[in-house]
Parts: sequence; structure tokens; C-alpha cells
Amino acid sequence: MTGLSLAVGLLGLSGLAAVFLNGSPRLATGVAALGAVAACAAGLWPAVSVLTGGPPLAMKWVSAGAFGDFELGVDPLSAFFLVPLLGLGGVTAAYGREYLLAYQGRKWLGPPALFFNLLVASMVVVLTARTAVLFLIAWEVMSLSAYLLVSFDDELPEVRRAGWVFLICAHLGLACLTALFLLLDQHAHGLSFSAFLSAPPMGAGLSAGLFALAVVGFGVKAGFVPVHVWLPEAHAAAPSHVSALMSGVLIKLGLYGLLRTLTFLPRADWWGPTLIVVGLSGALFGITLALYQRDLKRVLAYSSIENVGLVTVGLGIAFWGASRNLPAVAALGALGALLHLWNHVLMKGLLFLAAGSGVHGAGTRDLERLGGLVKRMPHTAAALLVGSVAIAGLPPLNGFVSEWLLYRGLIGGGSAFGGAGGVLSLLSVGVVSGVGGLTALCFMRASGVALLGQARSDAAAQAHESSAWMTGPMWLLAALAGAAALFPGRLAAALAGTIGQLFGATVRASATAELSGLTRLGEVGFWLWVALGAAWVALAWLVRAPAPEVGTWDCGYAAPTSRMQYTARSFSQLFEDLLPSALRARAVLRAPRSYFPPAGSYATQCDDPLTRGLYLPFIASWADRFARLRWLQQGHLHMYLLYILVVVVLALAWVGWTGGVPP
Amino acid sequence: MHAAVDPLLVLVLLLNFQLLGTSRLRSVIFSSAAQGVLLGVMALLVHAEVTAASVLVMVSTAVVKGLFIPGMLLRAMRDNAIRREVEPRIGYLPSLVLGAAGTGAALLFAGTLPLAAEHAGSLLVPASLATVLAGFLVLVTRRKAITQVVGYLVLENGIFIMGLTLLEAMPLLVEMGVLLDLFVGIFVMGIIINHITREFSSMDTARLSALKD
Repeated sequence: MTGLSLAVGLLGLSGLAAVFLNGSPRLATGVAALGAVAACAAGLWPAVSVLTGGPPLAMKWVSAGAFGDFELGVDPLSAFFLVPLLGLGGVTAAYGREYLLAYQGRKWLGPPALFFNLLVASMVVVLTARTAVLFLIAWEVMSLSAYLLVSFDDELPEVRRAGWVFLICAHLGLACLTALFLLLDQHAHGLSFSAFLSAPPMGAGLSAGLFALAVVGFGVKAGFVPVHVWLPEAHAAAPSHVSALMSGVLIKLGLYGLLRTLTFLPRADWWGPTLIVVGLSGALFGITLALYQRDLKRVLAYSSIENVGLVTVGLGIAFWGASRNLPAVAALGALGALLHLWNHVLMKGLLFLAAGSGVHGAGTRDLERLGGLVKRMPHTAAALLVGSVAIAGLPPLNGFVSEWLLYRGLIGGGSAFGGAGGVLSLLSVGVVSGVGGLTALCFMRASGVALLGQARSDAAAQAHESSAWMTGPMWLLAALAGAAALFPGRLAAALAGTIGQLFGATVRASATAELSGLTRLGEVGFWLWVALGAAWVALAWLVRAPAPEVGTWDCGYAAPTSRMQYTARSFSQLFEDLLPSALRARAVLRAPRSYFPPAGSYATQCDDPLTRGLYLPFIASWADRFARLRWLQQGHLHMYLLYILVVVVLALAWVGWTGGVPP
Repeated sequence: MHAAVDPLLVLVLLLNFQLLGTSRLRSVIFSSAAQGVLLGVMALLVHAEVTAASVLVMVSTAVVKGLFIPGMLLRAMRDNAIRREVEPRIGYLPSLVLGAAGTGAALLFAGTLPLAAEHAGSLLVPASLATVLAGFLVLVTRRKAITQVVGYLVLENGIFIMGLTLLEAMPLLVEMGVLLDLFVGIFVMGIIINHITREFSSMDTARLSALKD
């Protein structure tokens, strides 16, 4: 625990120091980033030791009076999430310094450095808290510091809007979580997690209610559809290193909270299918919307929704298999889900850092204004390509391994569950493979349009490669993604404790039996790498001369511009035409209607169909109703006091009327 | 409990009516000061043995509530040259009727509460509730900032009476903390009164509604 306490302390102190050193931005961001990297290194050690079979850690922090003691602890479930948090936290902190220094002179850089460190520290506390109150406090600090980071570019209206949406969603989720923990407290007569675990068995109704509250409350953070609406906006608006950390870890903490809550509840048969349906709808919806976004970072954000969906599908198989007493199926689902979660941290972290580097160099996130970056930003382009291949689930990178496990789990479930369950499981294979194909298409479009062809704007034409401080972290993550593909057996061995804690000892034993197969998969991956390397060398030898640059056939039109290329939208249009109209991007056409030629315009808006079609109309209709109560707010102190008086008198009268307070 | 506590509480209740029924600020301030002194005395009488702690509570309560705060309020009154509460939102007679109704309701309600045996027959709890209601009534119905401060003071007096039932259980530190809190609160309000007067050239808090969003 010492390492983690040290990490939290170091993060806080270096963040505060950055605020005091605000006057000299290089020093301030340097101190904060150095503190964050050191803290992550210090915290990584205890987390890894718990994960590799060490004893769980626990300590009492302070007494909090009526709320009980604030206890901290690390068990395999916490450690499973702590490792990616601290790993990605350190990497993004180093990258973020360089990224923020571009704003030097225009913005204060001390506060964002503090908020970043605060975000990492609060996530560490969320993962180690063993009391509901401390958990909720840390959860709130996490949301607030993330909000402050998202609103970094607050002079832009869309960034303010994104921050606002994030804040509202975070608090609606928090309301569900508060209700969840209050109900647990009422049932268990205590707010500590150990009290929840040792509580008497609860009824099926209460358990189902708590499950629903957890899925909604934590689902807001995790990005379950339909409560994901903050995610694309906030990820697009935030500075890229923050997007990477949010997409890599913050939304995964929603899954952590869900899993942690499920350990308190008696396991039910219907959890598995419910989670599979939630996950599949998230995956399908996420990738569908990712396919036609114009904003590169929104593509990545929607892809995060898809990947969280895939992880949830895996968890669903695992819970289903465990409750049907099919440990082999459950083990495949659990391994697939947990490995995919880790892999997604690596690949989405890599992709966001690469996208950030692109934004940094080319000055825009709009795919229709990028293009040709592969020539000007070779490192960034390579990172983006590696990330795209990995996230599309193609061998020989790490995304393939976890998706392969997921498929095997679903197919295994299809043959083992039998009946309707088997049919659902087998149908899921179709959906997941459809999602996989769409992911490949989506990332081919995103990386192809951004990297290949001619620059579509002057800014992209003058793009410059980022410094080694930004490309270094990208290469590190890319190397880790490659290593994760080569050694999936070792990686999966570290998951045994977590699987045992979540799904029981039999599932753990089955998962351990899978390890040798995974190791073989890694060996196959190795030979694939060798073959690819040989092919690359051969190709390089064959094509020694640089390709001459000649004009393409321009249909006789002599003055083509770089905007006359295939656009990102033209690439996705064939797919988009297949979608139901509610899910498509909205076209705003202002056609000229007069006899003489006036101005006209045509634009597409890729805003979220649920925000557009469901939430905004709903909120607007209720806002109208509540506006009728405006007269209550008169601005007179007396009236407000009168309201309090009336409520107090009525409450007393009610208590007196109903026969007094029970002794 | 000392036999004199209940008669003193009756006096406190009568002072509530005095507060509600008069328009002269001077007598409003004097009634609240008298209430403060009575509370100090009661703090001493409620418990059988006289300890250093209870003496300290008594003396500080009497001094702060009976001397300091009324002194400040009188000064504010003099500085701002006002003597009367004009145009209360609810007239004096209706406020008196409401106060009486509130006192009756408090007596009825206290009967339904599961009190400790030694407090069951006494007036402590009903008087506390009635005083809180009276303070609230003053806060709601009066316009002048000074009367508002007095209302707040009376409200706190009611809470203090409730606290008397727990004097032994409540640590001295908490008691002194509450007193300090009150003192600072009144102090800040005094400053605000001055600012209101300067900005709006009146102490009518209704003018503050110009500040609403």
C-alpha cells in the first residue's frame, strides 16, 4: 500500500507545485509530468505484485465518524484496473506535457497539469476505496477533474457544450450510484465493502433493482448505449492525452464499478444474456456511428463505445457460463473480456495519442481537411496504422487475440447452452463478426483518408512531425501492443486472480488450462511477424527506386485541386445508405430557389442520433413544463424563508398526525 | 431539574409574543436580549450540580446574547436612524395570532415525541419549538435587516433551548463553537446591513430582489 499512498501523494504535490510555478510553463508542466511518471512507477509495483499472485493489500486511512473508517485495499480486481491506469497514466503524462506546451503563452498550463494529476490520483482512490463514501467522493473528484480537463479549450462553444454535457451525464450517473449504495447500506447495515460482502442474502427483487442501478449508473461512465451521449463529445473536445486516458481508463472504471457491485449481489441466471444484449447493442451502435464521423477523435470515441460493448459481451458470456456451471465457456468469455479490456487500453491509447499528434501537427481533426500525412508525419502515421490494425482485430496484433477468445466463448456457449440461449449465443457470433468487419472498414477509412492522398487543406499540407516526447510514448504503446500479441499466455496468466475473484475457482482453473493454447497463439503470431518482416524486406529490395511522381488522368480537366479526391464521406456513403434514416448523418441542404443564382449550401452534421432524436426533445418538453414554476423564484429572501417555514411546519404536522416518532 | 426552569420558559414564550407584537425596534432588541440572559440562567439551572463548564456556558451565553449582540444592533439602529419596523408583510395582530397558534401546535406536537423521562413533563421541548417558529415568523414577515437579524437570533435561541436537554451529553466545545458561529454570523450580517444601507439607501431587504438573476 505504501507505493500507492506515495503515488497519490506525489500526484497531488507535484500538481500543486505546477500551479504555484504557473508563471514558468515549462517548469510547471515538467514538474507535474515528472511527478506523475514517478508516481505511476511507484504505484505500479504493488499493483503488479497483487496481480501476479501476491497477497491482497489493505490499510485503514482515516476514521470518518458516522461514515465509518475510510479503508483502502488492493485485491486482484483492483489491481487488474490499476495496472493499465498507472501504465497509461505515466505515458500520457509524458506526452501531455509536450502537447500542452504548444499552448504556451496563450493559456495557463499549471491548472491543467494539476487537474490531470488529480484525475489520475482520484482514479487510484476509486480503485482502492473499500468504503462506499470514499468511493463516491473519489468518483466525484474524478468526474470534476475530467470535466475541467475536457473544458480546456473553453473559448470554443462546442467545447463548453461538451463539458456541460459531460458534467450533467456524470451527475445523473452519480445519482444512480448514490441510490445504489444507500440501498446496499440499508440492506447490509454498513457502508464498507466488507459489510456488503458479509450481508445476509438479499431477495431477488432487490438484487435485480441494484443490478439495474449499477448498469445504468456505471454504464454512464462506461459508455453503454443509450447513456453514452457524453462520450463522443467529451473525447473530441478534450486535449488528446486526456482523451487517451479517458478512453483508455476512465470509461473502464465504469466496468470496474459494475464488476465490483456484482460481487456484492447473488449471481442470477439472467445477468449473462442481459449483459450480452447490452454489449452487442453498444458494439453495433458504436461502430455504426464511428463509420461516418468527420472528426477523427469522434471516430475513436465511438469506437471506444464499440469496444466497451465487446468487453461487456465477454463478461456476459462469463457470467452466463458461470451460472450455468460451464466453466470452460465462462473462462473463454472472462479471458476474452479482460484481455480485450487491456488490449483496448493499449490500442486506444495509441490511437488517441497518434490522433493528437496529427491534430498537433496539422491543426485540425476534420478528416475532410487532413490527408497525405504519411509523407509529412511518418512516425504518427505508423502509430496510427499499428493502432488501426490492432483495433480492427487483425493478426498479428493484440486485438486479434482477445477477439479470438471472444468468438470461441460465443461459439462454445452456442453449443453448450442449448435452446434459446444457444441460439442467442450463436447469433451473437454473427453480430460480433459483423462489428469486426465494420471496424476494419471504419479504420481503413479513418487512417486511409488522413494518411494517404493529397493534403486537403493548407494546414495539413504544412503539417510537421511531433517531437520525440510525443512520438516516444506512441512507439512505447505500439511496442506493448505488439508484445501483448506475442505473449498472450503470460498476460492471461496474470488474469487468473481476477477471474477467480469474479467467477469462482472452477472458472479460474479452466482459464489456467487455456494458457498453453494462448502461448501457442503467440508463437504463431511470432512466425507471422517473421513472415511479414521477410516480405517487407523482399518488397523493399524489389522496389528500390523511389516511385516517380506523375499526374493521374484527370478526365481532361486541367486544374484539379486537392479537394477533388475521394472524401471520407464518399468512402462511408455506401454503408451509410444501408442505415435506417434515424441513424444517418443529417444533411442540411439550403437549395437556391430564386430565378437568379443566389447562395446555397449543403452540409452534413454527424451529431449523435440519440441526443438529437431523444434527449434534446425530452429535455425541452420538460423544461417548458418546469418554466411554469418560475414564479416561485421571486428573489425575495422572505419568500424563500417562508417556503422553508411551510415545509418544516408541514413535516412536523405530518409526524404529529401519524402518531409521533417511534422511540 | 430546577423547579424555576418552567416559569423561566414561560417568560421566554411571553418575550416571543412581545417580539411578534411590537413595532418598535428598541423593544424588539431588548426582548431578544432578555431572552439571551434567561437562556444563560437556565443553562445553569437545568442540571443539578453546578460545574465549571455550565458556569462558563451560562456566562458566555448571557454576555454574547444579552450584551454584545444587542449592543451591536442598537448601534446599527442609531447609525441608520431608524426606530420602527414599518409595513411588515403581516400585521402585528395577525403575527401574534400566528405565534399563538404556533405555540399551541408546538405543545401538541411535543406531546407526541418519545422524550426522556426527565424532560417529558417540562416545557423545554415545546418552548424550543415555539421559539424557533417565532423566530421564523419574524424572519418571514419583517422587512428591515435589523429585525431579520433579531429573527435569526430568536431562531437560534430556540435551538439553544433544545440543546439544554442535552447539556451534559454535549461537549462544552460544541456549545462554545455554536456561540462563536452565531457571533460571527451576526457580525457578518452587521457588515451586510451597512452595505445594504449604503447601496440602496434603505435597510429594506425587499430591495435585494433587484439582485435576483
